[in-house]
Order: sequence, then C-alpha cells, then structure tokens
Amino acid sequence: MAHPAVAVLERHLTLYKRLWRASLFSSFVLPVLFLASIGLGVGGYVGEVGGVPYVEWIVPGVLASTAFQMAVGECTYAVFGEFRWNRGAHAMFATRVSVWDMIGGWLLYIVFRVEIAVVVFLLVVGAFGVLSSPWVVLTPLVAALLAVAVAAPVTAFSATIDHDSYFALLFRFVMLPSTLFAGVFFPVEQLPPVVRSLAYLSPLWHGVELSRAATSGAAPLWPVWAHAGCLLVFAVGGVWWAGWAFRRRLQD
Amino acid sequence: MSDVQPLVHARGLVKRFGDFVAVDGIDIDVAPGEAFGFLGPNGAGKSSTMRMISCVSMPSAGELRIFGMDPVREGPRIRGRLGVCPQLDNLDPDLTVRENLTTYARYFGLSRAQARARAEELLEFAQLRDRASSRVEPLSGGMKRRLTIARAMVNEPDLVLLDEPTTGLDPQARHLLWERLFRLKQQGVTLVLTTHYMDEAEQLCDRLVVMDGGRIVAEGSPRSLIESYSSPEVVELRFGGQELAGFVAPLDGVGDRVDVLPDRILLYAKDGDAAVSEVHRRELVPSSVLVRRSSLEDVFLHLTGRTLVE
Repeated sequence: MAHPAVAVLERHLTLYKRLWRASLFSSFVLPVLFLASIGLGVGGYVGEVGGVPYVEWIVPGVLASTAFQMAVGECTYAVFGEFRWNRGAHAMFATRVSVWDMIGGWLLYIVFRVEIAVVVFLLVVGAFGVLSSPWVVLTPLVAALLAVAVAAPVTAFSATIDHDSYFALLFRFVMLPSTLFAGVFFPVEQLPPVVRSLAYLSPLWHGVELSRAATSGAAPLWPVWAHAGCLLVFAVGGVWWAGWAFRRRLQD
Repeated sequence: MSDVQPLVHARGLVKRFGDFVAVDGIDIDVAPGEAFGFLGPNGAGKSSTMRMISCVSMPSAGELRIFGMDPVREGPRIRGRLGVCPQLDNLDPDLTVRENLTTYARYFGLSRAQARARAEELLEFAQLRDRASSRVEPLSGGMKRRLTIARAMVNEPDLVLLDEPTTGLDPQARHLLWERLFRLKQQGVTLVLTTHYMDEAEQLCDRLVVMDGGRIVAEGSPRSLIESYSSPEVVELRFGGQELAGFVAPLDGVGDRVDVLPDRILLYAKDGDAAVSEVHRRELVPSSVLVRRSSLEDVFLHLTGRTLVE
C-alpha cells in the first residue's frame, strides 16, 4: 500500500501534467535571460570575480536563486488556495492522509519541480562550457536542500495568513532582498558588516555558497556542514511551523 | 441495539468555541445499517456534531467513539473508514471527473488498478460516465454533488457522513440524489446526514434527532415523531391581510392545538375535513384552506415554537 504522502505527491503531479509545458519553458528561459544580460552584459565591465570569469561566477548563484524563487513562488497562492479556494486540503484531511503526509507529499512535489528546473538549467549552461568542476553533480542535491529549506516555511506562511495580500510583503521584503543581497550577483563581502549578517540569515545565501562550491570545486565561505546545517534548520523549523499551521486550519 | 457495537457512540458530547456552546451535551448511538439524521435550523449544532464525528473537530467535553475508537488519538485510522460528503464541495476543479475519483482512492491506499476499477463503478453510480473526461469546474451543481458523494464512497466506507447533501440543488437534482442515497441505504451502507429539509429527513432517515440550540429536543423515527408531537392532519388557514392573532379565540377547540405563523394559522386535528367544517360553522371565512398530512415541519414547530426556515 502506497504511503499516503506518495498519494498526495501523485495528486500534485496529476495537476502538474496540465501545465508542465508552460512551466518548463519559463523555468529555464528566466535564468538564461539573467545569465545573458547580467552575466555577459555586466560581466563585460566586471571581468573576473574570485579568479573566474564573471558569467561563470554567477552561474551557481543564478541556479540557486532559480530554486529559491521557484520554491517561494510555488508555495504561495497554490498553498493558500488549497485552504481558501478549492479546499483541497480539507478534502485530503477527510481521508487517512495526515497533516504530515500532506506536507511531505507537497515538499516532494516542490523538490521534483525544482530538480526539473535545475537539470534543464545545468544542461543549458553546460552547453556553453561554463561548468568546470566534477562536483557539479552535487548541485541538484544542494538545490533540493535549499528548496525544502525555503518551501517549508513559505508553505507554513501561506497556510497561516488570512488574506493573500500578505504575499506582497513576502515578495517585497523577503524574496526580492534575498535575491539581491544573498551573494548571487556579487560576493557578500562587498556589503557592510550589518547588511552582511542579514545575508547570513537568508537560506538563499547558504544555498548559493554550497552551489558555488559545487560548480567551482572551491571551498565555501563557511564549512560545508555549517551551510548545510543552516538549511536543515530552516527545513525542520519550516516543517514544524507548517504542521502547526495546517492543523490550525483543518482541525478545531 | 445493545448487542451490536454502535458505529457512533456519544455521551454528553460538547463543542465550545470560546464562550459559544455549539453542541451542548448530546447522546447519540448510530447502529450499523441505519440511516440516521440530524434535523434542525442553521446554527442548531448539526454541522459541529458532524465535524466531530468526521474527526476534524475535537470534542470540548463528553465521550465520543467512532467504530469504538477515540477520534482524538486515532483520527487517520477512523477517517480511513469514513466517507465524508461535506457541505461545501471540495472537488479538485482542475482535475477531470475520473481523476477526482482515482486521486481520492489513492489517498485511501487503493492500488492504481483498484482505483481505476473503483472509479468506473462510481462513475456509473453517479451517472457521470459520459462526463468522465471532462474537468469538474463546468459541471452543474447536481453533478458536482453526485461526484462528491461518489468520491465519498471510494473506500467502501463503513459509515457515510453527508452534511446537507441537497442544499442548493434544484428539485430534479435533489430527487435524483435521494434516489442514489436510497440505493446506498438498500445496500446496507450506514448513513448519517444533516438536513434542514423535512422532506429529506422523511425520505431518507430511519431515525433522527431534532436539534435546537445545541441540544437534542426529540428523537425517533419520522413517523413516531409525528405521532408523538403532532396530530395526524393539519389545516392551514389564511385570512388575506387580516391580523391573525384575532382568530385564535374564535378557533378555540376546533383542533387539538392552534399555531399562529406570520402568514397563516395552523390547526392540528385528527380529522382535517371535520375541522374545516367546524371553521365554516363558526362563520369564519378564510381566504384559503389547505388540509394536509402532518409533517416533521409541524413537529419542529411544536418543539421549538418557530418555523424551521429562517
């Protein structure tokens, strides 16, 4: 008998079959546009960062930020709607599916989506010959960890809020600053120490560091276990918060 | 009923939301194979009771056992044997009719092949075979309801919970749905339903409780409730736009009891035609007269002192 979380994953995949074409296209067009404009355009002025051409330097960052943005984007309205609009969460909860199965199945689905985007992205940039280290095979693993570290708390947030206008706050004050100041486009060492410590709070920065270590083969700023540990804390904390939020919505 | 374990067993069951008491100490037992109804107006506590039975709402006090298990500790196990048709449809609007059934079957742990086979049976049951591949969103309200009920049957539940199954449907759709539910009843499926429709309760329920203000105010079969709380026939008298309270004294003694509603007077009598003759003999001239069989509506009116439809 399939685990209930697998049944939940299957449901999300069945829905995904309806829209995979559009999402696949956007999942690699956007990062490629970023690479082309910033990597080549800005890179023309910057030259080298950390001993590698700028475009090569931002590839792992853009990769991690793709995973990050996807995890945020997929876990906002889609989760909110399951509670508020189509009540799919209530339908699931009327079966043997538990709150943890729902969260587990959902996070598996997000990882699946992120992995597709990451693999497509790697194939595209790989074709341009900017991936030099064999450690690059670890980037999908980094992306999965980052995806869960981001998706779990965002899912919890979406299940907690009472109105979808709160998403504007999330996009403006969390997602956008994270993307800009988490070491995707320039090293965080450029930032004044106060702002830099904010970057350390972002799961994206840890993901970027690990991802960059994998594509370049160079050691990250902190030990690998420290970066991975921070992501794990986000993941575990997020799952715990999501469990609380789901239960509060579904059970009284 | 004492020799068989009841599927639902509640003693002194209470549900509070802050200071508000939604369910105020009710006792119920539902036996296997029974069609059991909760009847009452909006806010009577029917849905709160149903949510507790579905293990999505935790009792505030009292005892509740479903299949002999504690819903607080064994929620998922109990839910695995329930079929729930909620008041608000929660189908997957972007999935097809068939996918809604197969997806749901998987939640209950059916294999893919079993899920497909079960979906075909239920498409037949819900009379939706020709819509199997269409998305749910454009379906009519009646079709969606039938699909929701079919979906609730996907795990061959021991107990099916229907919260206001026909609210908001047109008469044709309601009758079709009743016919389907009646079929389930004949197959021996245990049904627990809430309704604020009298005709629905009379059609479907072997036994029912009338709820008002969170309490059970009467219990029995539809027929026995009518016999205990009403007279066999009811005469409805209307007097154009005249003040109805003035007719109470002149009608005294015509039937067993008189109720004044905003728009009409109800006379409860053993023999309706005889009561009408007596009204005419007293030289009262109603603008319209209707003699009918007593119904649960009358029981409800008698028990709560007001009409059911608010």
